[in-house]
Amino acid sequence: MIRLEHVTKKFKTKGNEVIAVNDVSLDINKGEIFGIIGFSGAGKSTLVRCINLLEVPTSGAVYFEDTDLMKADKKELRAYRQKIGMIFQQFNLLAQRTVLDNVCYPLEVAGMKKKEARERAGELLELVGIADKAEAYPSQLSGGQKQRVAIARALSTNPEVLLCDEATSALDPITTRSILELLKNINKNMGVTIIVITHEMKVVEQICDRVAIMSKGSVEEEGTVQSVFLSPQSETGKKLVLPEEKEPVSSPTKNYLRIVFDGQSSSEPVLADLILESNAKLNILGANTEDIGGSAYGQMLIEKPDQETLERVKNYLDKKKMSYEEVEVDRA
Amino acid sequence: MSSSIINLLLQGIGETFYMVIVSTAVAYLFGIPLGVLVYVTDKNGICKNSIINMVAGFVINVVRSIPFLILLVAILPFTRLVVGTTIGSTATIVPLVVAAVPFVARMVESSLKEVDPGVIEAAKAMGSSPWQIICKVILPEAKPSLLVGGTITLATILGYSAMAGFVGGGGLGAIAVNYGYYRYQTDVMFVTVALLVIVVQVFQEAGIRLVNHIDKR
Repeated sequence: MIRLEHVTKKFKTKGNEVIAVNDVSLDINKGEIFGIIGFSGAGKSTLVRCINLLEVPTSGAVYFEDTDLMKADKKELRAYRQKIGMIFQQFNLLAQRTVLDNVCYPLEVAGMKKKEARERAGELLELVGIADKAEAYPSQLSGGQKQRVAIARALSTNPEVLLCDEATSALDPITTRSILELLKNINKNMGVTIIVITHEMKVVEQICDRVAIMSKGSVEEEGTVQSVFLSPQSETGKKLVLPEEKEPVSSPTKNYLRIVFDGQSSSEPVLADLILESNAKLNILGANTEDIGGSAYGQMLIEKPDQETLERVKNYLDKKKMSYEEVEVDRA
Repeated sequence: MSSSIINLLLQGIGETFYMVIVSTAVAYLFGIPLGVLVYVTDKNGICKNSIINMVAGFVINVVRSIPFLILLVAILPFTRLVVGTTIGSTATIVPLVVAAVPFVARMVESSLKEVDPGVIEAAKAMGSSPWQIICKVILPEAKPSLLVGGTITLATILGYSAMAGFVGGGGLGAIAVNYGYYRYQTDVMFVTVALLVIVVQVFQEAGIRLVNHIDKR
């Protein structure tokens, strides 16, 4: 659907040159939710802007289906942009227009008649669940409601791709979850390919199929969310997935076993069963799990028991098809 | 104060309103496009063009740096060419417009700069053309700030119009100069000054109320 080939973007500032995106190649499939994760300054926002050419890459190629967007003229590019919706961290709604008129904007740009546009905008507000706010102005809405308007606006021209630039980073955890649910439904029901830029692993865990980890302008690692989450290979990947030093799940000094919850039923007492069945006195070093729509996501760190007990624990986990990883702490 | 003076003052108020409102309207007619031009051709603008930007900026700065009273006299031949005379209210409108256009352009430019760049980026991402971005995004989003600029412009032009009284312009300024200054009628001077203060207050208050009413932020 979207293919980036050796995309590089350099910015010239006074005296020196900054390479924001360095030789990135990605292939995003139709209908998937693709995550691009990295810490601030990794170049993710610049990379996503290279997809709709808000930033023109210094070198490389950007393909939308089979069209090289960098070879399209201005008019063609504008037509392609209407097929690529985008939402932002700061929502970027028109402050002087009502919610309904905000959603009408891309339709006006596309040349739709006013009456038709208003009808279509009404349907979209219905879809994102804020039809009752149609006549309100953005300043009267909460962050989550503003992002819903932005999503409705981005979808109004029936785009095939939706770019989300830190779309939930300005929202509280509960609102984040509901916006992510909405995005997931849009992906499932409308078949819109979604590209999510974020610095939060939680976001990727919750909705993405595949993920690319970015650091210093380059993609360090790419794969299915499950594989990356289970055993991150790159330095940045480990930092993002494994608990940070200061978090409650903090620097275990002992060798430990990391058990990953990636969608098991949250009502199942996994750990209690594990202890009972393997007859192991387990010591929990830390945990970081969340219940998302009845499924458990996250991880738990358990102090590594002696070899014999460990085998029983592993047997149980294998039986339950739970993912885990043994981690040796380097005691240098 | 005699009734003839009162009639004179009433006529002066009428002339002042006429000069200020017509000049402001015409100044905006030229000033908005010029302000938009400077804004969009800026190095961060949507139609970056450093040559046009530099030329327009230079012309604006040149006219703005000429003191109004000098400009008024310097362009007398041009004024005569446009309206056929150099005295009276209508003749004053010409230099007022010439002085106000660059002023308005800068006011407009600074109002447009207040528009959130994120909103413009979003409009671009939705496939808008530069023209659509200007007409449907930048100008409507800047509307409250443009109106605030408008009230400031009105007050400034009012000040300029009073200066024109020295060289045969009309309005309250001419009355203040002719009666208050040349004939030492201090009472007339005070009344005209008071009237000018009231006019500025009215413009300002009306402008602010209008802005509060239309601003949806």
